[in-house]
Amino acid sequence: MTNQAVIEVRGLSRRYGGAKGFEAVRGVSFSVERGELFALLGTNGAGKTSTLEIVEGLDRPSGGTVRVLGHDPFGQRPAVRPRIGVMLQEGGFPPDLTVAETVQMWAGTLTDPRPVAEALALVDLEHRASVRVKQLSGGERRRVDLALAILGRPEVLFLDEPTTGLDPESRRNTRRLIRSLLLDGVTVLLTTHYLEEAQELADRLAIMHRGEIVATGSLAEVVAAYPARVRFVLPDGVPPGRLPALPGASRLEVDTAGTGGAVTVHTHALQQTLTVLLAWAAERGVDLHGLDARSASLEEAFLSIAADESPLEVSP
Amino acid sequence: MTGTAAIRRTRSIGRAELLLFWRNRTALFNALVVPVLIIGLVAIATAGSDAGRDDEVRGNALLTTGMLGFVLIYVVYYNLVTTYVARREELVLKRLRVGEVTDVEILAGTASPAIAIAAAQIVLFVVAGAVFLGLPVPVNAPVLILGALGGVGVFVILAVASSAFTRTVELAQITTLPVLLVCMLGSGLVIPLEVLPEPGADIARLLPLTPAVDLMRLGWLGTSGEDAPRDFLGVLGVATAPAMTLALWAALGVAAVRRWFRWEPRR
Repeated sequence: MTNQAVIEVRGLSRRYGGAKGFEAVRGVSFSVERGELFALLGTNGAGKTSTLEIVEGLDRPSGGTVRVLGHDPFGQRPAVRPRIGVMLQEGGFPPDLTVAETVQMWAGTLTDPRPVAEALALVDLEHRASVRVKQLSGGERRRVDLALAILGRPEVLFLDEPTTGLDPESRRNTRRLIRSLLLDGVTVLLTTHYLEEAQELADRLAIMHRGEIVATGSLAEVVAAYPARVRFVLPDGVPPGRLPALPGASRLEVDTAGTGGAVTVHTHALQQTLTVLLAWAAERGVDLHGLDARSASLEEAFLSIAADESPLEVSP
Repeated sequence: MTGTAAIRRTRSIGRAELLLFWRNRTALFNALVVPVLIIGLVAIATAGSDAGRDDEVRGNALLTTGMLGFVLIYVVYYNLVTTYVARREELVLKRLRVGEVTDVEILAGTASPAIAIAAAQIVLFVVAGAVFLGLPVPVNAPVLILGALGGVGVFVILAVASSAFTRTVELAQITTLPVLLVCMLGSGLVIPLEVLPEPGADIARLLPLTPAVDLMRLGWLGTSGEDAPRDFLGVLGVATAPAMTLALWAALGVAAVRRWFRWEPRR
C-alpha cells in the first residue's frame, strides 16, 4: 500500500552497437511516485533521451528492469500505452495534414480521447487548427506534439524537452499547463535544458552525466551536496598564503595565471566563511576586488557536474 | 472488442494517409495516370504482335490480367516504398509508435489507401475486360480473388522490406528498380512466359509476381497461358503450386521485415 511508485527503474543500461559498443546508459535507477513531477537533467549526450525512450517502451533495455504502472513498457505495450502520453524530443507529423487533421488522426487511435478542440485549446493552437503542419513554426509544432501527448487523458506523461524552441510566452503557458495536469494527479517524467523549469516544476530530480545518475533527490537535497562559492581578487603584494583559515571551506583555488591571483573558495558554510574573510580584510585594510558570493544553486550543482566535479571530492 | 479497436485505429491512420495521398500530386499521378498510360502503350504494342493469333479473346485476356500484375508492382509496391520511406524520414512512424497503435496497425493503416486504390483498379480492369474486350466470366472466382489479395499482401510486405534499404524518397526510384524490372520482364506481363528458353521460364515462375498473375489468370481464364483452359475443379489442382510460391514470398518478406525494417532514420 505504501508503494505508490508509478515508474520504477532499476539498474537500467542501454548499449548501442553490440557488446563492445557505446554504453549510453549505465546502471540508472530511480522511481517516480504518483502525482509527482520528476525531472531528468543532464548535459547533452548524458543519456536522458535514451533512458526516456526505454521507459516509454520504444526500446528494450540492455540490462536492468523498468516498470510503468506495474508493467513492462516494452513487453506489455497494450497494457501501458492507453494510460500514458508521450512527447518525444523529436517526433514528426506529415507536413501536408492540417493541425486539426493531425490531432483527429491521433484521436482515432486512442481509447478515450479528449475532443480535438479541447486539446488544441489547452496548447493555445485553436487559431491554427486549419493550418498545414509544414507551415507551423518550430514552437507551434512542439505544441501540436504536446496536444497529442495529453489527448488520451494520460495518467503518466513523458515530456522530452517540451519547451525547447518555444518563445518565452509559450514556455510560460506550457509550464502552466503542466502544473494544472499535476494538480489533476497526472504523474510527469520530464527532461529539460532549462534549470529554472526544473526548479519551478520538479518535486524531485536527477542529474545524469555520461550515462549515470550523479545526483538525485529533492531540489534542496541535490543542491545541499554542492558547496557555495566565494570569489575575489587579492590586491598586488598579498599572497594567498596570507589568507586566514576559513571555516567550512572545502577547497581553495588560486588562478596564478591571471593578473593578481583570482581566488575561488568552495564552502559549505557561506556565512561563516564570509564573516571571517571580511573581518580579515577590514582588519588588514585589504581590498577584495570583484567580491562575489554565491549560495549553492541548481545551476552551480549542474555546472560542477558538467565540469566533472563529483560532490564526493569536496571534503573538508 | 480488441478487433474492432484495431480496425478503428488502422482506419484512422488510413484516413489521414488518404488525405495525404490526395494532396500529393506525384503519388496521385503515379497511381492513377501512369497505369493507364502503360496499359495504352502495352495494348498498342501487343495488338500488333497478336495480329497473327487465332484466338484474339485469349490474347486480350492475357493482356488484361497482365495489367492486374502491373497494378500490384506499381500502385502497391512502388507507391508504398516511397510512402514508408517518407513517413520514416519525417519521424511520423516513430511518433506513431509511442501511441496505442500496434506495429502491424501502423504499417497496415499506412498501406490502406494504396490497397484500396489497387483493389478498385483491379475491379475496374476486370469489368472493362468483360465489357469492352468480350472476356468470359471468371472460371473460378475464388482463385482470381486469392491471386489478387495474395498479390497485394505480398507486395505490401515487400514494400515494407524494401523501404529498409531506401535512405530517401528520391532513392526509391533506384531501390525499387530490381523488383520492378524483373517482375515486369519475367512474370509474363510483357513477354509471354512460354517464349522464354526452358530454365528461364522455370526461374520466372519463382518470382513474386508470377504466381499472383498466374492465379488471377487461372481463376479468370482457366489457364495461365500455356495449356488449354480448365474447369473450376481443374483450376484448383494447378493453382496449388503458384499459391505455395506466393505464400513462400510472404514468409520471406515477413522475415526480411523482422530482420531489417527500421522505424526511424539512420543517424
